[in-house]
Amino acid sequence: MKTLDEFVVLFAEQFFRTEPATIKADTVFHDLEQWSSLTALSVIAMVDDEFGVTISGNDLHNAVTVEDVYKCIITKL
Amino acid sequence: MGVIENPFFLTQKTILITGASSGIGRAVAVECSKLGARCIITGRNEKRLQETLDALAGEGHLSIIADLAEPEGIDKLADKTPEVDGIVCNAGVVVTKPVAFYKPEDLSYVFGINTFSPMLIIKAFLKRKKIKSGGSIVFTSSAAADSAVAGNGIYGASKAALTNFMRYCALELGPRNIRVNAVQPGMVETDLIHGGAVSEADLAKDKTLYPLGRYGKPEEIAYGIIYLISDASAWTTGTSLVIDGGYSVW
Repeated sequence: MKTLDEFVVLFAEQFFRTEPATIKADTVFHDLEQWSSLTALSVIAMVDDEFGVTISGNDLHNAVTVEDVYKCIITKL
Repeated sequence: MGVIENPFFLTQKTILITGASSGIGRAVAVECSKLGARCIITGRNEKRLQETLDALAGEGHLSIIADLAEPEGIDKLADKTPEVDGIVCNAGVVVTKPVAFYKPEDLSYVFGINTFSPMLIIKAFLKRKKIKSGGSIVFTSSAAADSAVAGNGIYGASKAALTNFMRYCALELGPRNIRVNAVQPGMVETDLIHGGAVSEADLAKDKTLYPLGRYGKPEEIAYGIIYLISDASAWTTGTSLVIDGGYSVW
């Protein structure tokens, strides 16, 4: 089971033009310049690979911070 | 009153429709039946396939449960289906993920159902000589065969392969007087697009890219398929009809 900190690192890895260190648990990720449908799909696929859990596009849309996404995953484990 | 001759009518025609338990496939079956066709419908889900059967106009339709991802399922379908005038290969699945996350099983699953299965279905019916001279085959391809959207690579590649296979079929089946065409729908309101990796918010944004301002309805694709199945398209083969609310003008 991955910790929140480990998840934040994995989440940040889906961005290629954003400094990873600027992405934290409380980051409002929808406001990031590079947030897009591609990063959203990458996060969904990463979660599937790393946690064996399927989150939907709507789940991501409803999450505000990176930690919210982590909490969503936990509820589906 | 004499009989009205209309080349779009499907009276006296037997049409096989795969993927008929929902979405575009169900709409094709329903609209074909309204135009007088006898429909042979197939799908995996018995309950939903029965719902399609119940929705058909007229008599004499047949429903065959088969898993077309398996060669045995295709053989079963081809054995049980009578000689047909038309085949609509419509069954399709989607896996949405960026290239960096592809797994071999994603490729086998999507290509298996979207591409290999239609190829093997046509083979199975040709082998059994179950497509009549004057018959017509239509593949439901996709606008995604020609245009790229992030995350849609497996689906788009599977449909591009299907569109190209259609051309080979048209070439080889022309001498048998069998026509082969495809339709390439843009986004259509079906179960395939909701609740998955793409959020409702992103779908709403995507709709703004369509000159007609909305996604299609299943029956709007069915009408195009019916044109290609009917005698109205008697000199049309090897073509792919784009039905996309104007999306491809971009």
